[in-house]
Amino acid sequence: MAGQLAPLLAVEGLKVHFHTRDGVVRAVDGVDFQVAPGQTLGIVGESGSGKTVSSLALLRLAPPPARIVAGRVLFEGEDLLRQSDKRLAQIRGRRMAMIFQNPATSLNPILSIGQQLTEILRWHTGVSRQAALDRAAELLALVGISDPAARLRQYPHELSGGMKQRVGIARALLCEPALLLADEPTTALDVTIQAQILDLLAELRQRLAMSMVLVTHDMGVVARMADRITVMYAGRVCETADAATIFNAPQHPYTRALLQSMPRIDHSYSGARRVLPSIAGRPPDLLHAPPGCRFHDRCPEAAPECRRVMPREHLLAPGHSVSCLRRGSPGEDAP
Amino acid sequence: MTPLLEVRGLRKHYRVAKRGMIERGQSGVVRAVDDVSFVLQAGQTLGLVGESGCGKTTTARSILDLVPADAGEILLDGRDVRPILAGTDRTAMLAVRRRMQYVFQDPYLSLNPRWTINEALREPLRVHAPQHQRDWDGRIAALLETVGLEPRNGVRYPHEFSGGQRQRVGIARALAVEPDVVLLDEPVSSLDISVRSQILNLLAALQDQLGVAYVYISHDLSSVRFISTHVAVMYLGRIVEIGAVDEIFARPRHHYTAALISAIPVPSPGAVDRRVHLRGEVPSAMNRPTGCPFHPRCAAALPICREQDPALQPMGPKTQAACHNPA
Repeated sequence: MAGQLAPLLAVEGLKVHFHTRDGVVRAVDGVDFQVAPGQTLGIVGESGSGKTVSSLALLRLAPPPARIVAGRVLFEGEDLLRQSDKRLAQIRGRRMAMIFQNPATSLNPILSIGQQLTEILRWHTGVSRQAALDRAAELLALVGISDPAARLRQYPHELSGGMKQRVGIARALLCEPALLLADEPTTALDVTIQAQILDLLAELRQRLAMSMVLVTHDMGVVARMADRITVMYAGRVCETADAATIFNAPQHPYTRALLQSMPRIDHSYSGARRVLPSIAGRPPDLLHAPPGCRFHDRCPEAAPECRRVMPREHLLAPGHSVSCLRRGSPGEDAP
Repeated sequence: MTPLLEVRGLRKHYRVAKRGMIERGQSGVVRAVDDVSFVLQAGQTLGLVGESGCGKTTTARSILDLVPADAGEILLDGRDVRPILAGTDRTAMLAVRRRMQYVFQDPYLSLNPRWTINEALREPLRVHAPQHQRDWDGRIAALLETVGLEPRNGVRYPHEFSGGQRQRVGIARALAVEPDVVLLDEPVSSLDISVRSQILNLLAALQDQLGVAYVYISHDLSSVRFISTHVAVMYLGRIVEIGAVDEIFARPRHHYTAALISAIPVPSPGAVDRRVHLRGEVPSAMNRPTGCPFHPRCAAALPICREQDPALQPMGPKTQAACHNPA
């Protein structure tokens, strides 16, 4: 189903580097992905894989010392990396909006919920204060907050974590964006609240025909939410495919190892010897990124060439791309 | 058979000042841990699960008297050690502490940044002195090897290690004095996913090797299922369901347990949605609902649930749940 539609968002060759005192950290080093209209793309990876920096870079929000050094972010016909700050401010929150990981720190503690929501609406659309308040109340009701009129007068500290995240979602949806970026939207929440928020996001996406980029380290969350999944490791994309393929027929050795290494809530481990297939070692330090494939020193299938040649993403089957020399990827041209 | 560790009626309440105009100056009670009891045999693992604020960490800390409990018994081999831990006889206290050790969630915060790893591991040996001083270096090297670290790296400082390696040090430090019980408070939560399985494997292997018993605290039910033989589910300071891990995961009887398990997204796309949807959020432990504390969120609540607080009752050969209308 993907592939036929013209993408709403196409990221090409994105590189975001951190210029630090100790050297250049290649946090995102040549990343491609696409999102079709109405589709949800899950970007999964461990801390340091570059998933959050990639998503922040889409709206040029990655904080210094991050620097976008290459690539294109094509969204609704414009390359966002080449637009003026003024133009970008028009797009942020209006066409592409973001939900942050920690609702406690992404809301302004000294503004009421109403002030925070109406400010955005009035800035983007110039509607009257009353119209903005009505719309804000409407959105709070949409995200399942009871007594919205009263909530508009409350401050963030008066709300629970789950409520704050609902406000964060309402804020992102105020202008009916075409694309919603959600960076670990449920990681800070308890599991039963996480389930409520995921239900809410799934329902809203349907109702508003929105596209979504969901960034998470939780394979369970992407299995439940995503149509397509991009797996990142050490600043590079390992594999992209539809969700069923990633889980049922993963091709990249990292994707496979990661899925196998997680204990499963639906498996019994009694009786048997308790050993999870684990990935030896740890993710590389990107200040000294290893040459060749970033995963080679932990990879059970690594060949000598993997130590020298960086694999380039190639199409294994329609809609399924992999970056692995052992799966037929060509080597990257020398930079 | 006398259990290795038995906790009976453990209670920890906090008095807190109420906020607000009218109630200012009055105090409320947070019942952080309320009448918690369980049994742990050598070589077993009890997984202690629940959402934040349910009292699982306070329970573990009260067992070691890191947080002094208000009431209850901590029976180690049948003897109540709570008075000893809280008492003034340092020798007796240390003898109990040696048998029960704690591994903290964040290995970075629980290691002294100015001590080398060797120094960190020497400390429990110095305090508890299970061996002669001349054997310490050999013991430290052996410990590092046991947890999968190179003994020659013992001269390094915590900041030179990754999170997974630091947690290995935390585990080595707990094992240094050959405890019978180790309380593990979210030991893998702060680690990268590809490193978590390494630490879980290490914990399982050490248990098989040493026969040590674990109390494993976590909100990650998948890792609980992997490491635990038994599981206790806590809600608002109470154990609401307890028993053998496979029975509880296969057939939870308390509706909160069912909701908790079904809230975990399974890594299989298109998995059949059998979720128990929960209304609302966990109430504050200060305003615990009357009757069954879970009734306002429970889809199976009966009128009796509003009035009478259910006690734990046998539900199967190896499980108990506190519910008037079990699933």
